[in-house]
Amino acid sequence: MTPAAVIVLAVVLPILAGPLIVLSGRRPNLREAVTLITGGATFLLVVSLLPQVMAGLRPEVTILEVLPGLTLAFQVEPLGMLFGLVASGLWIVTSVYSIGYVRGHHETEQTRYFFFFAVAITAAIGVAFSRNLLTLFIFYEMLTLSTYPLVTHTRTSEAMRGGRIYLGILISTSVAFLLLAIVWTWHLTGTLEFTPGGILAGHADSGVVTVLLVLFAFGTGKAALMPFHRWLPAAMVAPTPVSALLHAVAVVKAGVFTVMKIVVYIFGIDLLSDTGASVWLMYAASGTIVISSLIALTKDNLKARLAYSTVSQLAYIVLGAALATKWGVLGGSMHIAMHAFGKITLFFCAGAIIVALHKTEISDMVGIGRQMPVTMVAFTIGALSVIGLPPFGGSWSKWYLVLGAIEADQLIFVAVLMISSLLNIAYLMPVAIRAFFTPIPVTGAESKLANDTTHVGLAGIHEAPLLCVLPLSFTALGCLVLFFYASDIYQLLLPIAGR
Amino acid sequence: MIEAHLPILQIVVPLMAAPVCLLLRRRALAWVWATLICCLSLGISVHLLRRVMEEGTIIYALGSWSAPWGIEYRIDPVNAFVLLLVAIIGAVVILYAPASVAKELSDVRGSLFYATFLLCYTGLLGITITGDVFNLFVFLEISSLSSYALISLGSDRRALTASYQYLIMGTVGATFYVIGVGLLYMMTGTLNMADLAVQLKPVMGSRTVLTAFAFLSLGLSLKLALFPLHLWLPNAYAYAPSVVTAFLAATATKVSVYVYIRFFYSIFGTDYTFETLRLDYFIVPLALVGIVVASLVAIFQTDIKRMLAYSSIAQISYMMLGIGLMSVTGLTATLVHLFNHALMKGALFLAMGCVVYRMGSANLTDMRGLGRQMPFTMAAFVLAGLSLIGVPLTVGFISKWYLVLAAIERGWWPVAVLVLLTSLLAVIYIWRVVEVAYFQKPSDSATHAVEAPLSMQIPMWVLVGATLYFGVSSSFTSGVARRGAELLMGIGP
Repeated sequence: MTPAAVIVLAVVLPILAGPLIVLSGRRPNLREAVTLITGGATFLLVVSLLPQVMAGLRPEVTILEVLPGLTLAFQVEPLGMLFGLVASGLWIVTSVYSIGYVRGHHETEQTRYFFFFAVAITAAIGVAFSRNLLTLFIFYEMLTLSTYPLVTHTRTSEAMRGGRIYLGILISTSVAFLLLAIVWTWHLTGTLEFTPGGILAGHADSGVVTVLLVLFAFGTGKAALMPFHRWLPAAMVAPTPVSALLHAVAVVKAGVFTVMKIVVYIFGIDLLSDTGASVWLMYAASGTIVISSLIALTKDNLKARLAYSTVSQLAYIVLGAALATKWGVLGGSMHIAMHAFGKITLFFCAGAIIVALHKTEISDMVGIGRQMPVTMVAFTIGALSVIGLPPFGGSWSKWYLVLGAIEADQLIFVAVLMISSLLNIAYLMPVAIRAFFTPIPVTGAESKLANDTTHVGLAGIHEAPLLCVLPLSFTALGCLVLFFYASDIYQLLLPIAGR
Repeated sequence: MIEAHLPILQIVVPLMAAPVCLLLRRRALAWVWATLICCLSLGISVHLLRRVMEEGTIIYALGSWSAPWGIEYRIDPVNAFVLLLVAIIGAVVILYAPASVAKELSDVRGSLFYATFLLCYTGLLGITITGDVFNLFVFLEISSLSSYALISLGSDRRALTASYQYLIMGTVGATFYVIGVGLLYMMTGTLNMADLAVQLKPVMGSRTVLTAFAFLSLGLSLKLALFPLHLWLPNAYAYAPSVVTAFLAATATKVSVYVYIRFFYSIFGTDYTFETLRLDYFIVPLALVGIVVASLVAIFQTDIKRMLAYSSIAQISYMMLGIGLMSVTGLTATLVHLFNHALMKGALFLAMGCVVYRMGSANLTDMRGLGRQMPFTMAAFVLAGLSLIGVPLTVGFISKWYLVLAAIERGWWPVAVLVLLTSLLAVIYIWRVVEVAYFQKPSDSATHAVEAPLSMQIPMWVLVGATLYFGVSSSFTSGVARRGAELLMGIGP
């Protein structure tokens, strides 16, 4: 197959599986087989593009002309390659997990669930491989709309309210700011192609560049930059696998990926560092990092805490982009992959706790390390990776971000990153500590039961279904493996940092 | 041989076919006949557009009486495009009609309905094709009178008052139009559009021309329901039979917008209209207020047909905004949106027709749980609704793109921002329906509702398909619209 055909197939394969999923809706095993086979095939297609990209090629294909001079076109460059790999790879893992979760948790309307999941993956890969801003915008909106039925899956009034905030913020920001910025860019430069070194240099003075960056940064609502972050916690009404894939990987990473891609290929990091147009964004991102970490501390609901943690971690990537230095861009891009593995592990664990013990509040999770040892070990690994401690993947991206801040001569952001790491410890570790080291409180009527279930060794273990536990073990392992293979990601990403 | 006479056949065929419907008497026979005529008409309009795009403007002198004494039909990319639009909507709606008409108009003679429909259709085509301002008035009356009749057929008794209201307002509009035309004739002694444009040049300064201009702009604004002259529209759309609403919403106001463009760009010319008289100072503020107010009002409607009617007022204001921007891109936006909006609003009203067919009403509370009971109809509603919002890969996005680009080109930033912000109002009124249809438990009557018959589904999905197709690949629509816009601005061939 030609590279062009591979790209097209990688994008459309998940959505093509949609009708098959609907048709096989009455036979769940067949339906899940369709999802898994498609997931595997999509991932293989994406992987097959990797050697070419590593060799410096940029496979591309133009599908059609949407507007005169504006095409729907794909091109695989390192950043998109990374995001494509992460999204398609973790789709398989999440699919396995979803099967365990929706069956263990007896969700209804599972066919609709898997259908829109597949559509969302097409959208995510479309975002990853887009060659110009128009294509990116198209798939960006498709991702918003296709995830709305997933977020509101339960169809309760609470889900409806969450869905309103989700759709309201994402659509408003993208239409009011992002689209305006895109049309403006087109008006200024006459092109929307992602070009190494950027396209705006020479077409806009520093004032216009600053305004455009404001529009782009806030217009990408999926990057959850404060004050447009409310949709992310609101979307936590979704079933946990949706939160895991979409709000640790596909949707939020599509957001920060968009910011990174626009900074690198539309503005160009030289333009930003020369004009200083992105200094405000560094402060905005830092503010988001610190404030949302503080909010996370106050949340007792585990998924809500993870949601605010995500808001904070996304701002790391935006900060990396805003620094507009080689290391900053590398660190931010690398964090897309590192954080994805760490955070999806944490969400998987949160879901496993819901399925096995029906617990959502952290204060109730006392001593659960003894009931769910595998899950909680994985949770600890994911937490350590998000915090950024070796030997887990997250430590590298944080390392490069700190280097980036030093390179940009903005030492204050080194301090922000350090403070944030401490805050990460403060809101993530208590969950693990409470699970392992706090004894289960023995109270009256429950005492006998508690004794039965906790002090008889293996018999007290009550893990989630195997299909939930395997994926979370896998991603936890991934956090470890990424620490040792970070240099490969570094090699892949190096060309985008220029020079 | 016959090819040379296609311009007149476009009008004569449906005009002559209308009385034949009456002779056929049987409802089904009349329908088959009308469908045949509409399809033939569509073929002619496709052919005409193709010829115009290849060979340039077609001029056809009726009865070989050459202009300015005889009536001439003059077809350029602008009106060929509108002809095609009317023909497409006519064909789709007539295909959709039989089940809906049988249900909603059970006590009316079917053949009468189809005859009136064909007359209205002829009138709209005639307005578009003619190059003579008085001939245009004749067709305007044909289409208006027949649409009053069509609206009054609605099963709700309020359809009669709605129709009467429209009759009064429409007649005022038409009278203003004909007064304006009379004054122009007084000054120039000609009724031919192209000739008028030449003859008016020397007498531009006169007060009579100014008065004519005022009468014409007001009369046409009434016909196209420019805010605040829109009062006839919501009732007319809400109480008319579903088929009629879909047809009129998609075509009638669009044709009036076309006439507006024709008069102020081609006949009076941009110098007089926009440089001397600053018509843009008049229509741009009205359009902006219209967009905001009508969208806000739409949010609070409980009758969805009425909600869509208010949305139409807002969308017409977008088109007027494009006219007021006075640039090639702005006019392209108007012409593209004219076509695109017809597709999506047609699809939305056809979807509502399906709902009315099963539920007997277009009330929001009756749509509870319909997402499950009528999945295809509601899916069509959502897709067309997304287009109204302006989501990419739908036609609404293409329109919005051109309009925002045109505003930015002029440096009118607040306008660009306002256009984008108001599409968020569309999100609200479309999503109200989505939440009711998908999140609420079905009402008692809805639990027994089943999907509408295929004969209604297929035409509806044809329009939905078109909103998606022309949204994905807009080279046809934006190509024709741009040619038309360049012609109107006096650039290019």
